Formats: sequence, C-alpha cells, structure tokens
Amino acid sequence: MSTTSMHGGGVAIVGASETTEIGSLPGISTLDLHAQAARNALADAGLTAQDVDGVATAGPFAHEVSHHLGITPRWLDGTMVGGCSFMLHVRHAAAAIAAGAADVVLVTHGESGRSRVGVGGRGPNPASPQGQFEAIYGANTPYSTFTVPALRFLHERGLEREALAQVVVAQRAWAVDNPRASRRTPTTVEAVLEQPPIAWPFSKDMCCVVTDGGGALVLMSAERAADLPAADRAVYLLGSGESAEAPMVSQMADPGSFLAFQRASAEALATAGITHADVDHLMAYDAFAHLPLYMLEDLGFVGRGESRDFIAEGHTAKGGRLPMNTNGGGLSYTHTGMYGMFAIQEAVRQLRGEAVVQLPGIETSFVQGVGMFFAAAGSLVLGNRRP
Amino acid sequence: MPGPTPLPTPETAPYWEGAAAGELRVQQCTSCTRYYFYPRPFCPHCGSAEVAWRVTSGRATLVSYVINHRTFPPSDAPLVIALVQLEEGPRMMSNVVGVEPLPENLPLDLPLRVTFEQRGEYAIPVFTPAEAAR
Repeated sequence: MSTTSMHGGGVAIVGASETTEIGSLPGISTLDLHAQAARNALADAGLTAQDVDGVATAGPFAHEVSHHLGITPRWLDGTMVGGCSFMLHVRHAAAAIAAGAADVVLVTHGESGRSRVGVGGRGPNPASPQGQFEAIYGANTPYSTFTVPALRFLHERGLEREALAQVVVAQRAWAVDNPRASRRTPTTVEAVLEQPPIAWPFSKDMCCVVTDGGGALVLMSAERAADLPAADRAVYLLGSGESAEAPMVSQMADPGSFLAFQRASAEALATAGITHADVDHLMAYDAFAHLPLYMLEDLGFVGRGESRDFIAEGHTAKGGRLPMNTNGGGLSYTHTGMYGMFAIQEAVRQLRGEAVVQLPGIETSFVQGVGMFFAAAGSLVLGNRRP
Repeated sequence: MPGPTPLPTPETAPYWEGAAAGELRVQQCTSCTRYYFYPRPFCPHCGSAEVAWRVTSGRATLVSYVINHRTFPPSDAPLVIALVQLEEGPRMMSNVVGVEPLPENLPLDLPLRVTFEQRGEYAIPVFTPAEAAR
C-alpha cells in the first residue's frame, strides 16, 4: 500500500502542454483540441494513453475524452465549475492518487471558443434560476454579467475606473515579448480608458481575448515520477483548495468581495503549510480586469483597497515582488472560455524554468481560478521541490 | 419591448403571477423572518419550510451595474444591467430604465422603484429612478 499524500509534494505534475497552436484554429473541433493537448502532454511526460487510468475534464464528458483517446479508465471526474474546473481536477486527482483510486491521471481542456467548431448552443436553460432571473435582463454574456459587481468593488474602496486600466497595462507588459500571446502591443492607462466601452466601465482591453486552444496535464505519485526520464521537470502539488458560492452573480454574498476566493485560497495555503510571503509567482485568472483586484485582496496578498496601488506601483511586474500573470493572462495571452488550464500551464512552465518570459529562481507558484463568473473558486500551490 | 422570456417552474410561478398583477413578490421565512430571493420552497438562511409570499414595497437601491454597449438583437440600444437591493433585503439582477444610460445618471446607491415591462405574456420587473417614478 502506497503512503502517498495528497498535498505536500506527494503528487507530481509530470506532463504539461498546451495545444501546438492557440488563437484562431477553425480546422480543429473542441473534442480534438482536447485530444491534441492530451497527446502533447503525454509526450511531454514520456508516456502514452495506454499508461493513463484516470481522466478528468470539463466541457465534454470525461468518458467521451477517455474513449476518444483510447483510454480504459478506472477513475473519472467530470466536475464542471467553469474555467476553474481544472484546478479542482488537479486537486481531485491528487486525492485519487493518494487514495490508490488512480495511478496516472490525465486532465484535459480544449475549446473552440473563437471559431465555435463542434460546440453546442449558448445560453442557460430558461427555466433555471439564471434563465428566469438574470438572462432576461441581458445578463447573458460574460462581459455583461461577470462585470456587474465591479463598480461596487471600486466604489467601496474609493477607486476609479482607472484601476481596471492599470490591470490591463500590467498584463500587457508581460505579453509584449510572448509570441503566443494574442495582444502584444504596449498600451497605456489613457489609451485603455479612451477605448469605446463594451459594457461600461469595461472597455475592450479590460475584457479577455476570445481564442481557440487547449491544454492538458498528467499527474502521478511523486514516488513514481522519480523513475521517469524527465524526473527533474516534475512540479509538485503542495496545497489546494476549492469552494463555491451562488451560481448567479446577483446572489453573491458580497458583491465587493468573493468569499469563495477567501475560502479556497486559505485552504490551499494551509494545506501547503506556507504563508503569502513564501509565494514567488501568482497566476490570477483574469477573464476581466477586475478579477486580479478582487483576487489580490481576497487571497490576502494585499489589504483591502490596496490592490490598485500594488499593481500600479509595479509589484506584479517584471522585477516586482509578486510577478503576476506572467504569460499576459486572459486579457492578453489567450482565453478559450475556460482559462484555468492556461493559468496552470504557465505556473508549470515557470517552475520548470521553461517559460517564454522566465522568472529567475522561483520555487513556489500560487494559481487562483474562478469559474462560472463569481460562482466557484479553485486554488493550487505548486512547487518545483519536494518538501 | 422584445427580449428573452423566463420559463417558470412550479416553485417560481407565484413570482411571475405576481409580476403579471403588477406586484413584485418575494418570499419571507416565517421562522427566521428573513426575506430571500430567488424563489424556493424553503429558507436558504435557516432551512425552514415555513415560508410565505409577500408583496414588496417595490423600493430598491442601485448596488452595481454595467452599461452594455454590445447587445444582441432584438435589443440595439445601450442597456443598463443592474444589481439592485430591495428594501426588504434581497438583491436581484434587473435593468434600470426610464433614464438616459449614462454613468452620470446612475450613481451607486441611487433610490429606485420597480416597474414592469411587458414581454410577450410575461411582465418583467425592472427599475427606474425613484424620483422619475409616477
């Protein structure tokens, strides 16, 4: 019987890859974006589909992806909480591996978010609470729903719309040197504020890009990972947390704060046995420019009302004390519709020393996901050393 | 005004029947006395099944909003998608109508009053600035 533990480095990410290209990929369906990412991640680990006995995904059913790849699973996870589903999959996979319910788990994402190839219909069930009480008001797209609480957040802290533009400028600076990023032109606070509004206070660049792409991860016990040819590239799960709140933005307990961020991140830090000061790198899921502001405060990296200044003063930029969204984020790098997988991929690349814009000497990365607008949260603490 | 319509369930039907009668109804828990939204046959705060429908005052305040400029047909004008808080406590999504959709007309905490917009067979509760209400 194995003595693998779920947290503390007992489980490793041994394969990680995005689809070969991201951006506009009209020739690949959603299902085959999953498959391409999965095959790339398995190749990265030096494994094949035959080595996998557990599959987790969101979007298609886990058994669809499993069968498509020719995997015979003994463990399946179809947890679907939107874009942070993959944070939860990593957490659940670690628990399964620690419990002996799976040995090698594949977590996949693929989405034809831009080209809409092989994608079903949009919009909620009109009989659901969202359908009856939100969508009828035009709160039926991400940019007209996820964005609604932002003015309250800013108002409570005495901040202006300019704080959102600060986030855009900081993210863009990371993307400028990244050839895979969608938006690479340097910008300024003034330029972002002067753009026509999409959903005021949000201008175009305060909203994420919309792309096609995917990513996948392969996990196994750290003990088994030590025998792989690329054992030195393993990234370890140190801690994790998850939580959820209301499925509707209008029913958040506090529109100026997201309690699920607080709960999930606190559990991730506690299970990792670390404090904020131990974190070298932060990936903060940025579908819209207000999210890094909420996250910096709700995760406790800064005090209430300090997020805007923290970013504007350069602390999340190159050379800053908490480099954040170093791929350019959803605002500048890519966003297929479920960005969480890409946030994890960038953390893995940074910890392996393989990022396009590589941070020197980092050991610990915190990855914060959000899903279904302000509904769910998933947090991971990843490290490149086994404690 | 055209637009999407709800599909009521047995649990939400009294809300939509109230709207058709020009009333904004929400439920109140008779055990813990708190009001709640959206409709369900038990209190989300204390779990009691002793709940009753109430007609609200229709008064609310503006908690937060966006002015959506990228609307889908059939709507083509900028639309104020707003989070409002009813005087009784619950918050709900809605639209602010009867006012030019400009930030200067929509300070947060603006007092609002419910009004109803007929859409097909449904009356949709929306809000208007309280001083503009007739």
